Amino acid sequence: MSDLLIELFSEEIPARMQARARADLQKLVTDGLVEAGLTYAHAAAFSTPRRLTLALEGLSTESRAVREERKGPSVSAPAQAVEGFLRATGLTLDQLEKRADKKGEVYFAVIEKPGRKAPDIIAEVLEGVIRTFPWPKSMRWGNGSLRWVRPLHSILCILSDEGGTEVVPLTVDGITSGNTTRGHRFLSPGAFVVNNFEDYAAKLKRAHVILDSAEREDAIRAEAQTLAFAAGMELVEDPGLLAEVAGLVEWPVPLMGRIADDFLGLPAEVLQTSMKEHQKFFSTHNPKTGRIEGFVTVANTVTADHGETILKGNQKVLAARLSDAKFFWENDLRVAKAGMAEWAEGLKAVTFHNKLGSQADRIARIAALAREIAPMVGADPDLAERAAKLAKLDLRSAMVGEFPELQGLMGMYYARAAGEPDAVANAARDHYSPLGPSDAVPTDPVSVSVALADKIDTLTGFWAIDEKPTGSKDPFALRRAALGVLRLVLGNGVQSTLCKLMGQSLFQSRKFAVYADVPFGKPYDRPDNVDGPRTLTQFLETALAFDDASANGNELFVRFDAEKTCDVQLAEKAKSLVLTEAKGLASDLLSFLHDRLKVFLKDQGIRHDVIDACLAMPGNDDLTLLVKRATALQATLQTEDGANLVQGYKRASNILTQAEQKDGVEYSFGADLKFAETDEERALFAALDTAEKTITPAMAQEDFATAMQAMAGLRAPIDAFFTATQINTDNPIVRRNRLNLLHRIRMICLSVADLTKLDG
Amino acid sequence: MPPGVTIMSDTPLSGPDSLDAQGAITKPRSFQEIILRLQSYWAARGCAILQPYDMEVGAGTFHPATTLRSLGTKPWAAAYVQPSRRPTDGRYGENPNRLQHYYQYQVIIKPSPPDLQDLYLGSLRAIGLDPSLHDIRFVEDDWESPTLGAWGLGWEVWCDGMEVSQFTYFQQVGGHDCRPVSGELTYGLERLAMYVLGIDHVMTMPFNDPQSPIALSYGDIFRQTEEEYSRHNFDGASTDMLFQHFKDAEAECDRLLGFEPDDPKTKKRIIMAHPAYDQCIKASHLFNLLDARGVISVTERQAYIGRVRALAKKCADAFRQTEAGADAAEQGA
Repeated sequence: MSDLLIELFSEEIPARMQARARADLQKLVTDGLVEAGLTYAHAAAFSTPRRLTLALEGLSTESRAVREERKGPSVSAPAQAVEGFLRATGLTLDQLEKRADKKGEVYFAVIEKPGRKAPDIIAEVLEGVIRTFPWPKSMRWGNGSLRWVRPLHSILCILSDEGGTEVVPLTVDGITSGNTTRGHRFLSPGAFVVNNFEDYAAKLKRAHVILDSAEREDAIRAEAQTLAFAAGMELVEDPGLLAEVAGLVEWPVPLMGRIADDFLGLPAEVLQTSMKEHQKFFSTHNPKTGRIEGFVTVANTVTADHGETILKGNQKVLAARLSDAKFFWENDLRVAKAGMAEWAEGLKAVTFHNKLGSQADRIARIAALAREIAPMVGADPDLAERAAKLAKLDLRSAMVGEFPELQGLMGMYYARAAGEPDAVANAARDHYSPLGPSDAVPTDPVSVSVALADKIDTLTGFWAIDEKPTGSKDPFALRRAALGVLRLVLGNGVQSTLCKLMGQSLFQSRKFAVYADVPFGKPYDRPDNVDGPRTLTQFLETALAFDDASANGNELFVRFDAEKTCDVQLAEKAKSLVLTEAKGLASDLLSFLHDRLKVFLKDQGIRHDVIDACLAMPGNDDLTLLVKRATALQATLQTEDGANLVQGYKRASNILTQAEQKDGVEYSFGADLKFAETDEERALFAALDTAEKTITPAMAQEDFATAMQAMAGLRAPIDAFFTATQINTDNPIVRRNRLNLLHRIRMICLSVADLTKLDG
Repeated sequence: MPPGVTIMSDTPLSGPDSLDAQGAITKPRSFQEIILRLQSYWAARGCAILQPYDMEVGAGTFHPATTLRSLGTKPWAAAYVQPSRRPTDGRYGENPNRLQHYYQYQVIIKPSPPDLQDLYLGSLRAIGLDPSLHDIRFVEDDWESPTLGAWGLGWEVWCDGMEVSQFTYFQQVGGHDCRPVSGELTYGLERLAMYVLGIDHVMTMPFNDPQSPIALSYGDIFRQTEEEYSRHNFDGASTDMLFQHFKDAEAECDRLLGFEPDDPKTKKRIIMAHPAYDQCIKASHLFNLLDARGVISVTERQAYIGRVRALAKKCADAFRQTEAGADAAEQGA
C-alpha cells in the first residue's frame, strides 16, 4: 500500500470554478485508477487559486493479473465470424485454442492480462485526465496545444510509503512531473521538495499557503467577525461571497475599514451590492444605528505595515465606487421626486422585444391588465394601474443601470421618494416575485395585481409571437413565469377566469406582433406613429373593444373592406388576429399552464388522474377552483365510500353505455319512482334526491367537500341497488326506467368531477 | 520555442532603472515618468517599442500591431502607448477619472512566454508598486471584443482592490484561432498613475516633473480638449456625416479586399490587408461616435457591431494570406 499525491500547479484559477474542479479531479482520477484495477482507501481533493490537489491513501501497488477465457465460434464457422472474434479479442488465429464442445470443435481465446505497476497506471490515467479535464472554459498558451483553465506550470505526482517517496514519471505537452511545488506567490516564492501529503500540507503552510478552502473560509469568517466585533459591529454573513473570497487567496488576511460618513445615507442594499460586486468586500452592520457602516476586505498577503497601504488603497477605491453610487442615487432621487416622467419617456426608446414593442408599450399593457385584475384580488384598480405604470421605471435609473440586481428594490425607494403610497412602492419591489418555486409570493393586493399582470403579459406576449418554450430551451423563462402565475393565484386564492384575461392580453400583444410583421415602417414604430395604415389601428381598437374573441371580427372586416379604408393585406392579418389566432393561442396557453399545474400539484402529492378528472370540468381556467376541486376529490377517494363509489359509478356508466349503444338511444329521460319494483331501487331514488339537494347548492357555492361527501354517501344505496336489482329485465318499461336511473347516477357524479378519467 | 522569445527574461538588457542609492525602487514623480519607465522596462525585455497608431481607436487592442500581428505563427513582441477614445465616456473634464480620450499602455508578445506573470509583476515594481507592500491579485476576467470577433481568457489585475491592468491570453482574433497564443497586457495609464502618484482627480496629476521650469498638469493639457470633445461627441458631431462615413468606410474596406492579390504594376503579390483594416478601425470609431450621439437604438446596436465584426473578420482573413500573417509551414511550402 502507498499514498499518492498529485498537484497541478497553474496560473490563477477562477474562484467560481474551483469547487467543481476539485470534485472532477477526484472522481476522474479515482475512477480511472479503479477501472484499471487499483484500489484505494481514502481520497481527498483541495484547491487554492494556483493549485488543484488530490491525495489518495492506501493505494494498491499493482493491479492483479487477470486471466479471461472467451468462447468463440465453431472451427467450421464462416471466416467472417472468426475474424470478428479475433477483432473483439485482439488476438491472431494461431493464438486461439481449439477445444471440443457439444457441437464439435470450437475456438477459445485465452486472454492473459498481466498485473501492472501502480506508477504506470497512474501516469496513464493522470495524463488522460489532464488532457480531457472538463473545465467550463479552457485555453491554450504559448506554443502548446494542451488546454487548461490558465497556463499549467508544473505537475507534482509522487507515491510514498514507509520505504520512501518516488516520482511517478509522466510528461504532458512538455511538462514533466516532479516532486516539487511552490509556496505563496509573493511571501514564499521558492520551490521546495515534497515527500508525502502531511509533509506537503505542512510545508505549504510554512510557505504561506492554506491548502484547504474550508480552512481558509473558517479563518476568514473568524477573523472578520473578530474585527467587526472589536469595532462594535456585526459581520453580515454571506456564504457565497465567503466561498468566492476563499478561492481568491492562499493566505487570507482580513482587514477592516469604515465607510466614510458621506455614504452612510445610501440604502443598505446599495452599499452591500456595490461593495460585494465590485470589490468582494463583506459588509458590517452597526446594531446601534441599524446601518451598514463598515467593510472587511480580505488581502492575500502580509506586509510590513500590517496592511495599512492595502487598506488605504481599498478605501480609496471604495470611495470612488460609492461616489458613483451616491451620484446615481442623488440624480435618481431628483428624477423620482419630479414624478419619474423622464424615465417613462426614456423607456419608449428601449426595445422590450422587436415584435412586442418598447418597454413603455409593455408597461402600458401591464397597467391595463393590472387594472382588470385588481377587483379579482381586492385591490383598488386605480392604485394597481398606478403601481404597474411605476413598477418598472427604475429600469431607466442610473442605479439599476449599474446594478441590475437592484431592479424593483430601487423602484420601491424611488416610488416612496415620489410620495407614492406604500402599496404602490411595495408593488415596485415585489412585482417580480415569485422568481422560483420557493421564493415568497406577494400578498398585498396591489402587488399581486401587478405581479400577475406582469407575468401574464410575458406569457401572452411570447405566445403571440410564437416563441414558446421547446424541450429544454426556454430563453424567455416562460416556465418560470407560468409557475409564478400559478403560485400567485393559488397562494392568494385568486378566483379569476384566466381565459378571458389572457385573451385580452393576447389581443394586445398580437397587435404588436402584427405590426412587426406587416411591411411598413420599422418594426419598432409604434402604432400611434404610423400614418398610412391608421385604419388598421382603428380596426384593431374596435375589435379589442369586443368582450369576447368569438365576436364579429368577420363583420368588422367586411365593413372595413367595403369602406376600402384598409389595405387588404393588413385587414387579412387583422381578421386572422381577431377571429382565430388570439383565441387559439389563449387555449394553447391555458393548456401550458395546466401542464405546469400538474407538475406543481404532483409535487404536493395530488394524483395526476385526479387532476385530469378536474381539468375535464368546465371553468378549468379558474385555477383556485380547480385545485379546490382536486383537493376535495383526492380526499374523497381516500375514504372507503369514495373509492367504492367510483366503482359503482363506473359500473352504472358501463351498463348504460352498452345499453345505449345496443339500443341506439340515449337514456336521459327522467326516471320515475312509480316504476320502481324493489326496495333497494326505491331507496336509491330517495338517496339520489337527498344527495342532489345537498350537491346542487354546495356546487353553486363551490363547496366541493360537502358535495363530494354527499356523492360518496351514494355508495351504499348504489351497491345495494346493484346487488338486489337486475337492470336488463324482460319488462321494457322497468328496464328503461332503471337505465334512466343509472343516467341520474352518472349525471350527479359528473356534476362534481369527470370520474371517468380516474385510474382503476 | 522560437529564437525571438529567448531574450525575454527578468534581467534588463539596458535602459535606466529607477533605483535609489540603496537599490530600492524610487517613486515616480509624474505621469510621463511612469510611461517612460514602462517603455524602458519593456524595451529591456526585448519588446519593439512602437509608437501609437495614427488613427482614432477605442483601445490599444485595435492597433494592427496587436489585432493583426496576433495572427499567424511569426513571433512578435511589441509595446506601445495608444491614445484611446471612448466618446460616451466624456464628462467635460469634470469627473475625477472618466475621460473620452485617455492612454493605454499595451504589451503584446507571441508566443506568450511562460513567465509572463512575473514579467508583468516586474513592470509594476518598476513603476513603484512594490508587491511586498501591496495586495496584487489576478481576478478572473474573460475578455471579449464583439467588434473584433476576438476573445481570450485571463484576469483583471487588482492592486489593493483597484483594477490596474488587463491580462489576456488571446484565443481567437477576427474569427481565427490564435496559434501560437499571444499574451496581451493592457494598462489603463491614467488610473494606474493616479494610484501610484496618490492623485484624486486626474486633471491635477503632474504630467511632467512638478519641479520642471514649466510644470504641466494633466488638466493643463487635456481639460479644454475634454470639454470640446465632450460637446462634440454628445451634441456637435454631424450624424448624417457619420452615417455616411460609416457606409463609406464599410464599402471601401470591401473594395480594397476585392482587388486581385497580384499587383499588375509591380508584378508582386500585394494584399491590402492593412489599408482595409484602417477602414475597419474607422467604421468602429464612427459607430462609437454615433452611439455617443444617441442615434443608434438598442436593436440597431447589435447590427452595427455585427457589421464592424464582419469587416474585422475579412481583414483578418486577408492578413492571414500575407507573409506577416501566414503560418510557418505554409510559408515553406
